[in-house]
Amino acid sequence: MHIKPILAAMRHHKAGTVLIALQIALTLAIVCNALFIIQQRIERMARPSGLDETNLFVIRSDWADKSDPQRIDAQMRADLIALRQLGSVQDAAPINSFPLLGSGWDNFIKLQPDQVKMTTDSAIFFSDEHALAALGTRLIAGRNFTASEVGAQQPRDAMHSAQVIISKDLAHRLYPDGSALGKTIYVSMGRRPSTVIGITDTLQAHMTGSWAGPYAYNAVLVPAQLLNDYTYYLVRARPGQLDAAMRDAPKALFAQSRMRIIDHKDGVMTFAQVRQRAYGPDRGMAILMGIISVVLLAITAAGIVGLTSFWVGQRRKQIGVRRALGATRGDILSYFLTENLLIGIGGVLAGVVLAFGINLWMVSQFETARLSLAYVASGVVLLLLLGQGAVLAPAVRASHVPPVEATRSV
Amino acid sequence: MFAYYLELALRSLRRSPGLTALMVLAIGFGVAASMTTYSVFRAVSGDPIPWKSAQLFVPQIDNWGPKDRDTDGEPPSAMSYLDATTLMRDHRARRQSAMYQISPSVVPTQAGKHPLNVTGHAVYSEFFPMLDVPFLYGSGWSAQDDAQRAAVAVISSKLNEKLFGNVDSVGRTVNIEGRDYRVVGVIDHWNPQPRFYDVTNTGGFSENVEDVFLPFERAISVGLPNNGNTNCNATPKESGFVGLQHSECVWIAYMAELDDAAAVAAYRQYLDAYAKNQQKAGRFGWAPNNRLRNLPDYLQQQQVVPRDTKVSLLVALGLLLVCLVNTVGLLLAKFLRRSGEIGVRRALGAPRKAIYLQFLTEAGMVGAAGGVLGLLLTGVGVASVGLVLPKSISDLARLDLSLLAITLLVAVLATLLAGLYPTFRASRVQPAWQLKSN
Repeated sequence: MHIKPILAAMRHHKAGTVLIALQIALTLAIVCNALFIIQQRIERMARPSGLDETNLFVIRSDWADKSDPQRIDAQMRADLIALRQLGSVQDAAPINSFPLLGSGWDNFIKLQPDQVKMTTDSAIFFSDEHALAALGTRLIAGRNFTASEVGAQQPRDAMHSAQVIISKDLAHRLYPDGSALGKTIYVSMGRRPSTVIGITDTLQAHMTGSWAGPYAYNAVLVPAQLLNDYTYYLVRARPGQLDAAMRDAPKALFAQSRMRIIDHKDGVMTFAQVRQRAYGPDRGMAILMGIISVVLLAITAAGIVGLTSFWVGQRRKQIGVRRALGATRGDILSYFLTENLLIGIGGVLAGVVLAFGINLWMVSQFETARLSLAYVASGVVLLLLLGQGAVLAPAVRASHVPPVEATRSV
Repeated sequence: MFAYYLELALRSLRRSPGLTALMVLAIGFGVAASMTTYSVFRAVSGDPIPWKSAQLFVPQIDNWGPKDRDTDGEPPSAMSYLDATTLMRDHRARRQSAMYQISPSVVPTQAGKHPLNVTGHAVYSEFFPMLDVPFLYGSGWSAQDDAQRAAVAVISSKLNEKLFGNVDSVGRTVNIEGRDYRVVGVIDHWNPQPRFYDVTNTGGFSENVEDVFLPFERAISVGLPNNGNTNCNATPKESGFVGLQHSECVWIAYMAELDDAAAVAAYRQYLDAYAKNQQKAGRFGWAPNNRLRNLPDYLQQQQVVPRDTKVSLLVALGLLLVCLVNTVGLLLAKFLRRSGEIGVRRALGAPRKAIYLQFLTEAGMVGAAGGVLGLLLTGVGVASVGLVLPKSISDLARLDLSLLAITLLVAVLATLLAGLYPTFRASRVQPAWQLKSN
């Protein structure tokens, strides 16, 4: 293909060429960053929680008479016996917070009592010996709590536990050589150590904020019922009996005592709902970025169709002359395709620079991640193909201009 | 003459309906995306109390020291009980209130009704006049009630309706956490967003209306625990809620009203002197590291506007920019296609100004049509932000007259701007050349 005549022709409509290139550059820069945001959000949403989510639901029970801790402790134990006796329930455990809830208790974890700075941060889950079975999380080393180890913890008392079970990721963070089992760690800012008696498979923390990224899989299970103004019950239904269990469980709890509040809106939630709530903003952002990207690409494609159509109309006579001088339809078609490709290449070159520029600025402003090269590369291919696709119809129309057009005066 | 240009523009737009539709669609989508995201941004970045925010200040005292400071050197964003109550006792601002979030249960008097869980704040009497809280019935309590730890309560109109029906309940009794309180005031639909008086505990936005306000010292004396965030740099030495009060844990929000620069400077001096005294007394092992920001600065520092909202707005503005570049190209094509017509008009004596007017009129019409489409799409957008944003934020986005006006204005102005270069090119068409070549 002869590029020289194309470049010469471009010089005659500089403005249009520059505008299309600019549009392609801006579109590339925005779409790359938008797709990158979408990918990051999807990756976040796809993170495993480590739970048997399909059969799991949670109940939040607020105590209407927030009286003395002993009564709450006894009530919780009675509630749990009632829940575990239900035919539709496989197991149930009390817990103060759970993976993906968003709020809860997190502590600095230290390896030495005198350490000034923390080693890492971790979610603290207060539960009992049924926690692992209710969560559907496996132990990969060590042992579970025994019923006799389970104590009671008041929310504003100094926290301590002689035994803890920790998540795989926390174990690895504290002892990268894999020797965490049996070691002592400090989970409560105090000077009393806790022994790691068990390590679970993947277990997600309750924290979902972006600050908690490095700690998202750090969890410590403490064998104690937290005697707060409310508690959560994690209930794992027998396979296929989630609906039945969700009907039975609140009834069983109210049969135990009516002095409790189970919110009609979100007092009982399936884990699917918990997940949806935790990741709703991410899903929304991904959808929004998706919509904007589609609109952008459509508008850019339509813009290319519009301008090229104009050029074809403007050059009917020249096309006729070329055809009369022996150019084939294929020549005309490839002329417009090549022209578009050249403009497209100019546009994406500028776009790549712009995409990285925007990303760098976003990194400095919003602490987002660095744009990966693969995204920009696929964006480049996408836009070049889009340009070629958009130019096809006007180019085909141009190739159908008959040679006789050369003899017409207007 | 303008009517004539309108007619010309209309005729020209009708001649190429495809191109016209394309431009109108591009402007419409670009403007709608920008305006929808802007409506959300406007809602979350707005000043919740514009008439007074410059006089409202949030003091922060560094009771943790350099060891527990973040990399930015900021002191904790909430206060310990000791600092908050000392500041209240010293009473150096015109008005001030310490406050903490509570979540008591309310037991309705009617038989058969379930107890309710409500949220609210324990505050001082000056909270209500300081924040211009609107009352439907009654008013806040007095400073005397503060001092006497009176069993009084201010409730929301929503809770009032639930408990008493739609009547003036001032003087009646409400059972909160097992104790009787006398209602002194009913708040008239007050749900400021961002929840500026306690950002630490709400993150700025909350779907729930605050249902009860109780006197701070009363709530402390009956042991009504805090329900919000508690941050500690060390385990409290004593246990329970009392232990928390004696600790350096931070869990109390604070706000002060300072009228002018002199008052602000004086208050700043007071805070520094307080911290210096604490240093002398041995409680702080470091130099004063206080902050005193007015409300807008404080909200900005706390990054109340969600990042996603800013990013969305920027991306949508990018879309609008691309739409405009697109429109420049299409208008250019459209105008230059009529070079012959321009040549004839110019040859017949039309000055450049007339060409400018004619083509800008045309661009303006495209803009107006795009604006109308943009209005419809913005309506759809604002109505459906709930599908992609958390409820606490999407509920705040509203379509009002000013948003409608801005939408139209942005559409028309942007299109006129986009039309400038094509019009300039059209006005430069050489009449002689056009007449000869045709």
